[in-house]
Amino acid sequence: MLALSGVNTHINLYHILQGVDLVVPRGELTMLLGRNGAGKTTTLRTIMGLWRASAGRIDLGGADIAGMATPSVAQLGVAYVPENMSIFAGLTVRENLLLAARERSFDESRLARIFKLFPAMQKFWNSLAGNLSGGQKQMLAISRAIVEPRRLLLIDEPTKGLAPAIIANMIEAFRELKLETTILLVEQNFNVARELGDSVAVMDSGRVVHSGRMADLARDEALQTRLLGLSLDSHQ
Amino acid sequence: MKPHSDTAVPGARLDIVPLLVVPAVALAAVAFIPSLPTWVTLTVAGLAMGMMIFIMASGLTLVFGLMDVMNFAHGAFISVGAFVAASVLVPMKSSMQEPSALANLSAIAPAILAAMMVAGLLGWFFERVVIRPVYGDHLKQILVTMGGLIVAEQMIHVIWGPDVIPLPRPAFFSGAITFGEVAVERYRLLAVAVGIAVFAAMFLVLNRTRLGLLIRAGVENPEMVESLGYRIRRLFVGVFVAGSGLAGLGGVMWAMYQESVQSNMGMQMMVLIFIVIIIGGLGSVGGCFVGALLVGLVANYAGYLAPKLALGSNILLMVLILLWRPRGLYPIGKA
Repeated sequence: MLALSGVNTHINLYHILQGVDLVVPRGELTMLLGRNGAGKTTTLRTIMGLWRASAGRIDLGGADIAGMATPSVAQLGVAYVPENMSIFAGLTVRENLLLAARERSFDESRLARIFKLFPAMQKFWNSLAGNLSGGQKQMLAISRAIVEPRRLLLIDEPTKGLAPAIIANMIEAFRELKLETTILLVEQNFNVARELGDSVAVMDSGRVVHSGRMADLARDEALQTRLLGLSLDSHQ
Repeated sequence: MKPHSDTAVPGARLDIVPLLVVPAVALAAVAFIPSLPTWVTLTVAGLAMGMMIFIMASGLTLVFGLMDVMNFAHGAFISVGAFVAASVLVPMKSSMQEPSALANLSAIAPAILAAMMVAGLLGWFFERVVIRPVYGDHLKQILVTMGGLIVAEQMIHVIWGPDVIPLPRPAFFSGAITFGEVAVERYRLLAVAVGIAVFAAMFLVLNRTRLGLLIRAGVENPEMVESLGYRIRRLFVGVFVAGSGLAGLGGVMWAMYQESVQSNMGMQMMVLIFIVIIIGGLGSVGGCFVGALLVGLVANYAGYLAPKLALGSNILLMVLILLWRPRGLYPIGKA
């Protein structure tokens, strides 16, 4: 579905991505892990065209999208949920979703599914998005990404700062979503990654230093410690 | 599945407190102005002035909100609009002098259309040539747009000459309507009507159309709008051209109000325009409207009560409002 080969990204004077090689298999949820500053967010933003890759190829379903403008990448069916959610605070929940519905109207069945996954969206339909709680804002950001069918979802740290009950809700939602689309998900919470991930890539210093099956990494505590500087016990 | 309407979270309600400041200022002025007819005249004059400033400023506030561009050259679009209108109106002097409103409007309408089109085209050219290379750099924006304003003024001298061009008001809209002891200038009523029409049109476009939804979202977070698949650059250019056209319209209204056209009229208005968009909250059309009315009222009341403080009164107004609401009356939640 998505393959990055030798992707480099410079931001001003800084060389952030230094030859990223990453494969996201179709229909799977791929976890992108790594310490702070490893280049995970930059990888998502580079795929989305928000930062321009200075070298390398980003292959989406056979087409090289490196260098494409962000709207063109989005029109190919890629949705992006940034770390800060970037909901439009001055618009209502309905208006936020309407903007993402490029067919200019809602697909009722998809809307019903969103309401089933996130009942708060239905409850606060006409409320200003800026007045929602942090968890509800995250639900809105994800709802906005799935209000239309997408080929690929790029999601950056969706559980950051959320209460455990809401994280559980998110995990359930992602389990459902991965049945219909391909997801590349950046996550710091290893338990969430272990619960959801089919495949995994670990980044360090602007490169992918490990890729494989998530289940294998979840079993190998020594590898976790080496790659992520953690042991699963500390996250139980 | 129908969404619920019951909600524990506040909905999209209008914050009416800033709106109430306008009648509050007007009512407070009653205490200082001894004669009621004078107060009515000053209030209508203030509202008319406010409406004209709003027309000139509304485009600039959207440009700032959406594109984060400090465009000091906005004044050039005001001046050019006024000069283009003068070029259309001078040959149609006979229609302007007829006492019929229809005859007057048959001259004013093409003049306004021409002014808006030329100002819009100039805006398009300006965005492409002057502003596009300096997106994201406020210091350079200030320098090149100030330079652009000076060049535009000199170009006006080259095309129309350095002299002030007299522009008499249309006959039907000259003079005043009297209600007992109260005299209200007809032209001011026209200015109020045009201002309300422009505000209503902008309100409807921004709140009832998909284009308006995109503009409001773009003002908050242009990057996310792009991530949803919209080409924000096209929206930028469209808003810039529309804002320039509105500045042209404002220039025509202001020139007929002043009954003359001069090359530096746009530059003179920029101080008031910046005060208005700062008071209103950068990027907020509603805030710009309320801010313009406040500036118009305060300028007129202060001009009557303490003429030497007239310009300073608006700076004082801005300071007071920013002390109360540091991001303006209707701040936009920018990402």
